[in-house]
Amino acid sequence: MAQVHFSAGLRDLTGGLAQVEIEATTVRRLVAALEEKFPGIGERLSDASSVAINGEIFTDAEYEPVDSDSEVHFLDIFQGG
Amino acid sequence: MAITEENPGYKWVGTRPIRPDGLEKVTGKAQFGADLMLPGMLFGKVVRSPHAHARIVSIDTTAAEAMVGVKAVITGSDFPDLAANGAHASDIDVANNAIAREKVLYEGHVVAAVAATTRDQAEAAAKAVEVTYEILPHVLTVDEAMAEGAPLLHEGMITKGVDPAPEEPSNVASKILHERGDLDQGFGEADVVVEREFTTKPVHQGYIEPHAAVADANSDGRAHIWCSSQGHFQMRAYSATVLGVSPGTLKVTAAEIGGGFGGKTVIYLEPLAVRLSQRAGRPVKLVMDRDEVFRATGPTSGTRIRVKMGVSQDGKITAAEVWMAYEAGAYSGSPVGAAGMTAIACYDIPNFVVEGYDVVCNKPRVAAYRAPGAPMAAFAVESVLDDLARDIGMDPIDIRLANAAVEGTQASYGPKFPRIGFVETLEAIKDHPNYTADLGPNQGRGVAAGFWFNAGMMSSATVHINENGTATVVTGSPDIGGSRQSMALMAAEELGIPYESIKAVVADTETVGFNDVTGGSRVTLATGAAVVDACRLIVEDLRARAAKTWDVEVDQVEWVDGQAQHVDGSQPPLSLSDLAAKSGRTGGPISANASLNSRGVGAGFSTQLCDVEVDPETGVTRVVRYLTAQDAGRAISPDYVEGQMQGGVVQGIGWALNEEYIHDQDGVMENPSFLDYRIPVASDLPMIDCAIVEVPNPAHPYGVRGVGEVGIVPPMAAVGNAINDAIDVRMTDLPMSPVRILEALTEQSD
Repeated sequence: MAQVHFSAGLRDLTGGLAQVEIEATTVRRLVAALEEKFPGIGERLSDASSVAINGEIFTDAEYEPVDSDSEVHFLDIFQGG
Repeated sequence: MAITEENPGYKWVGTRPIRPDGLEKVTGKAQFGADLMLPGMLFGKVVRSPHAHARIVSIDTTAAEAMVGVKAVITGSDFPDLAANGAHASDIDVANNAIAREKVLYEGHVVAAVAATTRDQAEAAAKAVEVTYEILPHVLTVDEAMAEGAPLLHEGMITKGVDPAPEEPSNVASKILHERGDLDQGFGEADVVVEREFTTKPVHQGYIEPHAAVADANSDGRAHIWCSSQGHFQMRAYSATVLGVSPGTLKVTAAEIGGGFGGKTVIYLEPLAVRLSQRAGRPVKLVMDRDEVFRATGPTSGTRIRVKMGVSQDGKITAAEVWMAYEAGAYSGSPVGAAGMTAIACYDIPNFVVEGYDVVCNKPRVAAYRAPGAPMAAFAVESVLDDLARDIGMDPIDIRLANAAVEGTQASYGPKFPRIGFVETLEAIKDHPNYTADLGPNQGRGVAAGFWFNAGMMSSATVHINENGTATVVTGSPDIGGSRQSMALMAAEELGIPYESIKAVVADTETVGFNDVTGGSRVTLATGAAVVDACRLIVEDLRARAAKTWDVEVDQVEWVDGQAQHVDGSQPPLSLSDLAAKSGRTGGPISANASLNSRGVGAGFSTQLCDVEVDPETGVTRVVRYLTAQDAGRAISPDYVEGQMQGGVVQGIGWALNEEYIHDQDGVMENPSFLDYRIPVASDLPMIDCAIVEVPNPAHPYGVRGVGEVGIVPPMAAVGNAINDAIDVRMTDLPMSPVRILEALTEQSD
């Protein structure tokens, strides 16, 4: 199962959990599974502009594949100059 | 000096040809935003608030409309009320920043605009617009805005990211938090702990070319905009939102740009020019003067930052605690999120808490500025790290090497780093002669490092082969840092033809596929990858055409050095010009498009070394020697890479020593000119020495990482650390101007 890591700013929605394991094949399905587990987190995650999968940062990761070895981080919004 | 991890033997990538835009720029032929003239064109002028915070009671345009030459006057009521239409909050903020509706939130906020036959008529009419204000109390800094009972800019703003959510509104838009490990345990393991508080002032990107836009609206609802920006597709999208129209009704042409540095990712004049043109039925030009650029466009945040760090005697950082508040200006959206992620990202720290606040105040809405948010955080963290190194008697490079993030390090913002080149930048500094150069009296030396993510995002490119075998590379990424050259160099490498045979152009929004903004140091990476993809499609096409010519299978054809060759040498080679000349017989014009959402962004690191001399009599600091080492991944165009590195350093030196917004007690900016807002000029500076480090990004066809931003992250700390080395005074407030240096020296002597 994919290892999903939450920044401290998201842990109010995960009951304080910093990491969970989720079975999913895409980021979209992963977020849907997280929403079932932690109601309200889907909207917050949609506000995050980037997702890191195995260290690679994506700006639009909805359809990116994840697998049982994936390490997923949701990142705060940032803008380049 | 360049450190190259490998030598791939490129013919064009990594060379230093003459820049393609140079001739037009030095002869005055280049068309910048303010240069365009259209038949029948009117001149516009914007009416701006003289107050930092006020309610608009009424706007009377009667007198202005009656003046000679005046063809149109607009106010906020001439635009859709996005709030009433249920638009997204961020779009409402964009619209209200473009032109105020109910309240003005900073001095310089737009309240109306006029268009007239001449500039003088427009300026006179702007003065005749009568605005009645109810002046409200204002807040200018994070301290004032976060104080108990502070006047509110937005009565409904509830802080996001706080659990439980506050019941009362405040000027704090959001809180960010990153933490790992056990802070108490970490500080308990430290042999030395240093804690300091820092402040930085808003500073402007200082681009030489003021904002300018020309709009020509048609009676069918369509309009053409010419503007100076970092992303004409983004200008189209924002303008469409503010105007309440489909983006497809707007065509935007990118003018040459005289600097942006993040500040031209924002709309100001474009929707106003369109609406004025629609009202007047003629083209309208709007151009800011320097005063308007300072008072009404986005600088970067002023900040207050507290840093506490501990190290063991062997130099390992055991804990870090960072608290930061960033000014957002009039609307939420300071770069505190990026600041929180970058503050300690250079280092592998087991225990930390990074807490940040996005705070609105009555100043212009902040805009991006090279590595937005990171430089201020680095000023604080790198200053404290320098103190820790001194306290334990460790070399400043060695303490950074002892803690440096490497491939596999869990970054402070979450994911593990892929291959990165931070250590290589530290070693490049340490190995350089500057590191051991002799210092004179009142001179000191400082080191600092910085990190920036870089970005990917969406890009499109089209490559055309002309009938003589030359090529045109078309992208939609405004060239603010040499991208036309880097695109042409990569295309030359792919096609195997001379760089001089390729012309790279920036097309309008109707001529090339979508391109995200030129920002985030992304264009050579992402748009470059699109160009490479398009060129590879061209090469496949050329092989197929050669196979058709020779009546062989395509796998019998190779593309080598710009010509098709049969694998067994049984056919005379066909050059690109041969194939182009006969393209009509082999399938028609040779052209290819590529679009992508870029993957494999490569993080950027920079380490810098600064030598200063401080005059104890005047407090003036002179930079006497400066070296910057930066991991470019691959320097496609070393001249431009060095230009980006040097530019970031120079802007950082200005930020460190002189630049700041100064407001009076009414919230009015007192120094909105380059006379009183002192940016560095060439005579202020030594040669900025560059060490290009090349640790290729494995995810890019040429290893590109992106180079435009990280160079501005370390300079303030590098300068501050050098001053500390020179006069044994830790400066914690920017700018480190002569007055503040003298004050600090006086305090020291007391």
